[in-house]
Amino acid sequence: MTRMETAMEPEATLAPGLPIVSGRRVGKLFGDFRALTEVSIDVEEGEVVCIIGPSGSGKTTFLRCLNQLERIDEGALWLDGELLGWRLESDRLHPLPEAEIARQRRKTGMVFQRFNLFPHMTALQNITEGPVQVLREPRGQAEDRGRRLLSRVGLAEKASSYPKDLSGGQQQRVAIARALAMNPKVMLFDEPTSALDPELVGEVLSVMKDLARAGMTMVVVTHELGFAREVADRVVFMDQGRVVETGPAQQLMDDPQEERTRNFIRSVLGRE
Amino acid sequence: MAGGASAIAPARREAVPEVDVSAMTIVRPRRWGRIAAVAIMLALIAWLTKAFAEGKIAWEVTGEYLFWPSILMGVVNTIWMSIACMIIGIVIGVAVAVMRGSPNPVLRSVAIGYQWFFRGTPVILQLLIWFNLALVFPRLGIPGLFEARTVDVITPAMATLLGLGLNQGAYTSEVMRAGLLSVDRGQYEAAQAIGMSYWASLKRIILPQAMRVVIPPLGNEFIGLVKMTSLASIIGFADVLRTSQDIYYVNARVIELLMVAAAWYLVVVTILSLGQARLERRFGRGFASGVRDR
Repeated sequence: MTRMETAMEPEATLAPGLPIVSGRRVGKLFGDFRALTEVSIDVEEGEVVCIIGPSGSGKTTFLRCLNQLERIDEGALWLDGELLGWRLESDRLHPLPEAEIARQRRKTGMVFQRFNLFPHMTALQNITEGPVQVLREPRGQAEDRGRRLLSRVGLAEKASSYPKDLSGGQQQRVAIARALAMNPKVMLFDEPTSALDPELVGEVLSVMKDLARAGMTMVVVTHELGFAREVADRVVFMDQGRVVETGPAQQLMDDPQEERTRNFIRSVLGRE
Repeated sequence: MAGGASAIAPARREAVPEVDVSAMTIVRPRRWGRIAAVAIMLALIAWLTKAFAEGKIAWEVTGEYLFWPSILMGVVNTIWMSIACMIIGIVIGVAVAVMRGSPNPVLRSVAIGYQWFFRGTPVILQLLIWFNLALVFPRLGIPGLFEARTVDVITPAMATLLGLGLNQGAYTSEVMRAGLLSVDRGQYEAAQAIGMSYWASLKRIILPQAMRVVIPPLGNEFIGLVKMTSLASIIGFADVLRTSQDIYYVNARVIELLMVAAAWYLVVVTILSLGQARLERRFGRGFASGVRDR
């Protein structure tokens, strides 16, 4: 058995300290446009990593690659000991069938910028849809769990509301509960507060803080530098598809080593 | 209305008169256009009623044949054929719409070719081709399994089912495609993100949302189809029009029996319209519509 195969065993338990997410020189092209260049990011279990950077820097694209909404063109992505999207067999890559990709996706929970709740379902149905349809959980059990998740995000009384009757902040909290319902190993947040009215940002961030405190592994693409400083273990600064700088949250924000990081942080803080 | 000069000058507080809307009578605007339209329509209805009442129509004959057994059979045939063709049309329509959106170029070409042929030829011609299929394929079947003479298989009902069903599928597929296109891309992504397969997300997330958009045009298609079944009378399918004709060939009560058929079509279409309104409410859950729909 080669070293590679051992690492890909789905049941393989990670050695302590081995990252749960591992990006190795990841590259992504959209036609002629290069969105990612040699992005290498590791995330340890239980760690909160915030990715910051100007728009068009590739941070959202990287997150979408982690969830396989985009397929990478270069490098490799590992999640929970599995190579994402491919099966490696004696130096040849075989694309995984759709069902396998769907199985890998279940290890990540995704929260979108624009919530993307299912509008024809109530808040509770949004949450139970995955467990019932994908995990084949009995409906009663899924609903009990769904209600607990709703109260965890502070929306116990909104179980039978449709998304159109919820505020943006409430919708985003339901979306977080929906992602949590799949028991993901890693939660991915794609600018979760960018589409919200300013006064609703706080309620979503506080739910995310609770999650982080409870030990959830999180990768957060965000413009909320305050949140990053307070909650993140590490911050990654990206620009033009590359990782420019990465480091402990406070150190990177208070004492950035790179010129571009300094400029970005100054311009964002200057706006506030 | 103030004069030209004072309209430009900034309004002064004391210039506003004391008005309390709650203490006054509200004058409803006269809708002269509506009144005129109603008058014209009433006149038209009166004129038409007079024409049909005094014309050479023996209404008692119409009444007599309205519930005639063979006419009722014709109504039943019209209804089941419409429903069967619509089911075929929706099944094919969904499949073809999904195929057209597929990344697979073979599936896409098949879908486009199908639409091209069935929308490109008159439905009456397609009915005649199906009915005369025996001229091309004298026998049908799978060698070794079963085989039959085409003329035994392709009855008028079978030819109608194939002709109208396949034709309907071509039109319904475009309606369905519009519905699929109306669902935001984020919905596909959210479904994928919770680990749903493509087919599961179509069934659970995309199609239910597409249905909301698709029902009004589908209702249109269905109503059109009910009336299109009357074309099958030319290949001998015993729908309500054909049975009415069969009777007036014998008793020469042409207009009376045409009125019988007209009445039944109106009854069927009215029931369908009511059903459509119910479906729209069912699939409209969770959506705030921008226009008043009732």
